[in-house]
Amino acid sequence: MEFMQPGAFKENANTAMADKNLRSAMTMLNDGMIPNRQGAVDRLPEFEQLSQRGRELKDHVLAHLDYYLERFERNCKAAGGHVHWCATPEDARQAVLKICQSVDAKSVTKGKSMIAEEIHLNAFLEQHDIEPVETDLGEYIIQLAEEPPSHIIGPAIHKTKDQVSDLFLKHHAKLGRTERQTEPPKMVNEAREILRQKYFDADVGITGANYLIAETGSSIIVTNEGNGDLTQTLPKIHIVIASLEKVVPTLEDATTFLRILARSATGQEFSAYTTVSTGARRGDDLDGPEEYHVILLDNGRSAMLGSEVQDMLRCIRCGACMNHCPVYQSVGGHTYGTVYVGPMGAVLSPALLGVAETKHLPCASTLCGRCEEVCPVSIPLPRLLRQWRQRSFEAGDVPAAERWGLSIWAFFAKRPWLYGLGARLAMRGLAYLGRKQGRMRRLWFAGGWTQGRDLPVPEGETFQERWRKQQRKKVTG
Amino acid sequence: MSAASGRDDILGAIRQSLGRPALSVDAKKDLDEHIAQHRANLVPARGQGAPDALVQRFQEMAVAASCTVAVVTDEAAVPSAVADYLRGNNLPTQVTLAPDEWLTGLDWDSQSLLETKTGAAGINDLVTVTPAFAGVAETGTLVALSGPNHPTTLNFVPDYHVVALRTSQVVGAYEEVWAQLREANKVGGGFTMPRNINMITGPSRTADIALTIELGAHGPRSLHIVLIDDQAGQD
Repeated sequence: MEFMQPGAFKENANTAMADKNLRSAMTMLNDGMIPNRQGAVDRLPEFEQLSQRGRELKDHVLAHLDYYLERFERNCKAAGGHVHWCATPEDARQAVLKICQSVDAKSVTKGKSMIAEEIHLNAFLEQHDIEPVETDLGEYIIQLAEEPPSHIIGPAIHKTKDQVSDLFLKHHAKLGRTERQTEPPKMVNEAREILRQKYFDADVGITGANYLIAETGSSIIVTNEGNGDLTQTLPKIHIVIASLEKVVPTLEDATTFLRILARSATGQEFSAYTTVSTGARRGDDLDGPEEYHVILLDNGRSAMLGSEVQDMLRCIRCGACMNHCPVYQSVGGHTYGTVYVGPMGAVLSPALLGVAETKHLPCASTLCGRCEEVCPVSIPLPRLLRQWRQRSFEAGDVPAAERWGLSIWAFFAKRPWLYGLGARLAMRGLAYLGRKQGRMRRLWFAGGWTQGRDLPVPEGETFQERWRKQQRKKVTG
Repeated sequence: MSAASGRDDILGAIRQSLGRPALSVDAKKDLDEHIAQHRANLVPARGQGAPDALVQRFQEMAVAASCTVAVVTDEAAVPSAVADYLRGNNLPTQVTLAPDEWLTGLDWDSQSLLETKTGAAGINDLVTVTPAFAGVAETGTLVALSGPNHPTTLNFVPDYHVVALRTSQVVGAYEEVWAQLREANKVGGGFTMPRNINMITGPSRTADIALTIELGAHGPRSLHIVLIDDQAGQD
């Protein structure tokens, strides 16, 4: 299917805002996720301290990333695992394919992995006659719908219950499930029963990793459904795909992140399943995969190190920034046209895809700062968004009218007396023009702004005038 | 691109971005030490306390995560507690036990209605019973280590998972589990990891349909803990 493109953000946003289903799904997100997270944070008095420690740990790892990756590789191999270093998405896809072909794989089960989304693995596997089976319920839903994820932890968060009912009926009818289920317990059960045999039939299981542990050469996944565990335990081969910055030094260090991850993401004290995997099954084990492979993907991360967007590499993918973003809440994830969405996506995507391709995304923010407030590793998202805007401006990606407008504004802003005079004239002019209705329906040079709302008519005084008056009052009064 | 050049290219790119060559032997030694010491960062207050208080917190947190808990005072009562649980929930009486010496050594024959077998879990196994390595009070989390005595599938394949845990196995914080694991699996100066460490907090769940929480997404629909109070009278 045609995915939305980041270059068409504005058009996508207009379409999204008119989508009633999306609005109803997004309202639920707003009502549920925000209080859930706050509750979990409030119940753990040490949350802020843990978050601070997490931030320091990530910075430490990034400054020594080569060392920790080498340690990870050494210990992973010592435990019988295989490590594949992949600079590009194509390298990673080829590495996965080679492993799949080594066992003549027909079917691959997949736990939820944003890196798999980033490298567009499913389409690639299909081209090579390997069936990818998404097992996380949200990923399963969007796989049926042939859509990309719209949220990094709730990929099908944009779908209403009714839409999922329709989707299940459409795809499950051929499997003999001809009754349209409308109750979530029955719908979940239907997906459970359909996927069950697939876990046992799959030749290869692919999962992501929330953390890689340098000390032990292990990977960690955090899930709620248990799908990731069935995916990595039942097939002959377990492949982990992870980006470079997922490595942490020790089990203890991973623990610090585990204490902040679920609380920030879903507001749970702990996710249902946290699984540490090291190597393949041992000689006398009765189950588990016979091979364990870790794909280490760079795809632009090494270039982010030492750059002004290095802080983004601290991200632990909890999704709190998008849950709290007023823009994301209004337009949903697909509008961004990229794999990573919301504030973290608007910062990460330009680094992965180039600033020209994604120039609208850093602008899709009011810079209100809620994302930074709730980020458990204190990524200065608004500052990083501004940095991309500046880069984009410097690169000449900004349209002439906008550059022109900005230079006019800059001319006045650098001459305060002129700015004050201009503002006074404009305010009084607008007050006069709108004196009858008290609001302006249309505004010169701001047609886009007044298209969706009216401008309340200014009362005649400028902010600076009021400020001065108040200061005088303070001095005299 | 060959795998070897991928490795060198990536490490080279990292060093170039960081503006330094590979770390010196001394610098590496410092970091090796950091790993070898594996210090705990910050253990929340709720992960600390007297054994009784931790056992109570473990139970409360497990129940909050939708587990059910039955307390017995003697390990000999585990088979009957399992039978009671199955009966109370109208469940089938075929049970797969983890091939664990302690668990299989309990008197399962005392429960004439139960049919037990041991091994890994197959697609038709509805009920499994396993031991656990530890219980963690701070979030009501069970910790299972994979091994010949505890196949991982037993934790995920069945609809109903029953875990027999002794109160003496309850610790406050996750870090205590790592310490015990390092001790239990000590080899030379280091330790070996099992294929899986499974930290399990309640039954399987999903909120992927309209953000409604439903239990039993792919893993167990229900997680029952038989807690054996083996610390009674040990004050």
